[in-house]
Amino acid sequence: MVVLWTDALIFILCFGVLGIAFFLRGKEHIKRPLQKIVHSKVGMASLVALLFFVLIGLLDSVHFKPANNKSNEIISLLDYWATPLREHGEKTYSAPFAATLFSKEMMTLADGTTQWGYPRLDFGGRHLDDPETQHLPDVLKKTVYGLAQGVCLFGIIMLCCLGIRRIWQGEKRQAFFLSATAKSVWAVVFIIVPLSYALIYLSAYYHVFGTDKVGEDVFYQAVKSIRTGLVLGTLTTLIMLPMAIIFGILAGFFRGWVDDVIQYIYTTLNAIPSVLLIAASILMVQVYMANHEQDFTSVIVRADMRLLFLCLILGVTNWTGLCRLLRAETLKLREMEYVQAAQALGVKQSMILLRHILPNVMHIVLISVVLDFSSLVLAEAVLSYINIGVDPTTYSWGNMINGARLEMAREPIVWWSLSAAFVFMFALVLAANLFADTVQDAFDPRRSGG
Amino acid sequence: MIHYIIRRFLYAFPLLMGVNILTFVLFFIVNSPDDMARMQLGQKHVTEQAVSNWKQQHGYDEPLLWNANAQGEEKITRTIFYQKSVGLFLFRFGVSDSGRNIGADIQERMWPSLALALPTLCVGLLIDISFALMMVLFRSSYLEHAGIVLCVILMSISSLFYIIGGQFFIAKLLRLVPISGYDDGLAAIKFLILPVLIGVFSGVGSSARWYRTLFMEEVEKDYVRTARAKGLTETQTLFRHVLRNALIPILTGVVVILPLLFMGSLIMESFFSIPGLGSYTIDAINSQDFAIVRAMVFLGSVLYVVGLLLTDISYTLVDPRVRLS
Repeated sequence: MVVLWTDALIFILCFGVLGIAFFLRGKEHIKRPLQKIVHSKVGMASLVALLFFVLIGLLDSVHFKPANNKSNEIISLLDYWATPLREHGEKTYSAPFAATLFSKEMMTLADGTTQWGYPRLDFGGRHLDDPETQHLPDVLKKTVYGLAQGVCLFGIIMLCCLGIRRIWQGEKRQAFFLSATAKSVWAVVFIIVPLSYALIYLSAYYHVFGTDKVGEDVFYQAVKSIRTGLVLGTLTTLIMLPMAIIFGILAGFFRGWVDDVIQYIYTTLNAIPSVLLIAASILMVQVYMANHEQDFTSVIVRADMRLLFLCLILGVTNWTGLCRLLRAETLKLREMEYVQAAQALGVKQSMILLRHILPNVMHIVLISVVLDFSSLVLAEAVLSYINIGVDPTTYSWGNMINGARLEMAREPIVWWSLSAAFVFMFALVLAANLFADTVQDAFDPRRSGG
Repeated sequence: MIHYIIRRFLYAFPLLMGVNILTFVLFFIVNSPDDMARMQLGQKHVTEQAVSNWKQQHGYDEPLLWNANAQGEEKITRTIFYQKSVGLFLFRFGVSDSGRNIGADIQERMWPSLALALPTLCVGLLIDISFALMMVLFRSSYLEHAGIVLCVILMSISSLFYIIGGQFFIAKLLRLVPISGYDDGLAAIKFLILPVLIGVFSGVGSSARWYRTLFMEEVEKDYVRTARAKGLTETQTLFRHVLRNALIPILTGVVVILPLLFMGSLIMESFFSIPGLGSYTIDAINSQDFAIVRAMVFLGSVLYVVGLLLTDISYTLVDPRVRLS
């Protein structure tokens, strides 16, 4: 078992969220917005999709060194389960579901003669004797077969849930289980389970999304990128939250010179174009890593360090917006009657901040965390394009796009890397945006009326 | 008013000083000139001699903050901080690490940037506002619902895909415009159409949704109800009352970014190889030319401060309730 820095932070974050949820369970003021989320069809559906992504990300965050391995390689649980995908590399490009390479080559036949043609792939469609005739029927057959099995799996899951509900819950919960929200959740599960099952089933026989320039499976790359996106989206906010909350509340509550200093700090940081700040810091990290090579023994440790550092820098450039919002809200809150009353009763200032101000700005924090998530995932792609994003060896959608972009001029065009990155990224960001909308509706008092 | 502006100008000075010191720390103290030289000359097998030669050539061979060997006031002036950072305040950007005059480069390159950014902003604003107004006009109908769904979908797609898709379908398959490049004068138009179009399109989702919330907040206010009660039609209330009042936050939001238009759009310019400041910056980052990056950081922060000032002034101009003091 190897724990990388980002792994540790992710698990701390998960336990933190669970802990907060446990602490807040049954609190009346939090129940109402939660009920609102639970009753929102779109919200619950997108939450299920997000949880599915998070599950993959968590699986990809448990790293270990395989026992029977001579090299110094660190792999994750997801890598372990996807070992065939990981190791079934081809020579170079091949189209989705292809049985042959994408470009023609000189190949040696069994009888020693050479011929100019498309060589068979080493792994994709290897079970076919005669690709010319068997290929299409086999792909269709396997797809239908995989989908059917997936649907069966879904049926089993649904029956299990029904059974558990019947034993444990009363009449009222039963009604909820069949409500419109539950139906939308089941619809999303119905899409996710058979589809992912079929993809896993098919990827044993074919490269579902083709292979890239060095012959690596694109489906595997896209799935591995999920973790990178999630890490950037969540850890960045985790890093910036303490800074934004403390500075924002202090500036708003104490005003005077504290306010001036904090405003000065965030205006200065804001004034620097964020791309340039990120670029400068990443260049700095590169120099540091080049000078301290002995500290970064494995490629994955090195890439992980850079990912963490990117989160840190994005956090530094991003906290100012939230800080400003919190300052404005605190300025408003400190004039409220209950805060004035607390002051008049002689409650200590630190107590007022902790008991009266902090809980009442939490909805702003929550909303901005979920709103920032999708923009951070999108920002990663852009930064990787300028080479100041994640390490080139890290799997990320930005790196996939960057690699595929240069092949756009090719004829016929290599489209599958781009499409795979597009589909996965779009699914994650869309789910995040929809969920953010629901959370905003539920927690923002200004929007609750409308 | 004049007093206020003067005070804001004085306030800008410590701000720029802060930016300057921060970049100095980032570029010279955390990342020493020796490291820079090694990076430029290639990481391995660099002799001490080559490093000191490089530093000598680019003027990085002085002490950072305090030159103990020099006489009199040269103790301060013959340092990297004085020569490289203080000059920025007078817009003396100096010479890049590859030997070009940065000031001249910036002057030459800011016009293509502006030629791309200004039309994108204007057309974008027009389309975003009309889209948002349409949604408000047909509020709580299927049309509005479809509009919101479209917005969310549009804003969930990375801007990179808009660019790649646009270049592929419009420029490569349909051959309506050239894929990339730039030309002087009016000939530039045919190169600019596609980037402007894509820039507008990739911004529609989030801006139109944001403007819609602004309009919706106004629509529910009392004066709008009065206007309707007075007998104005829905379109009249929208254009005469709602639009005007909602324009205040929109305009001030636009004014902040006006000066930054000179900086150009990084991604757009490098994809379409437009020789503006955005692609200049990206090239500098890729070739690790710290002198240019430093100059651009300073220029960017100056423009940001100007933007803040313009916002404050524009508030008083469009909203008579706000008084500066």
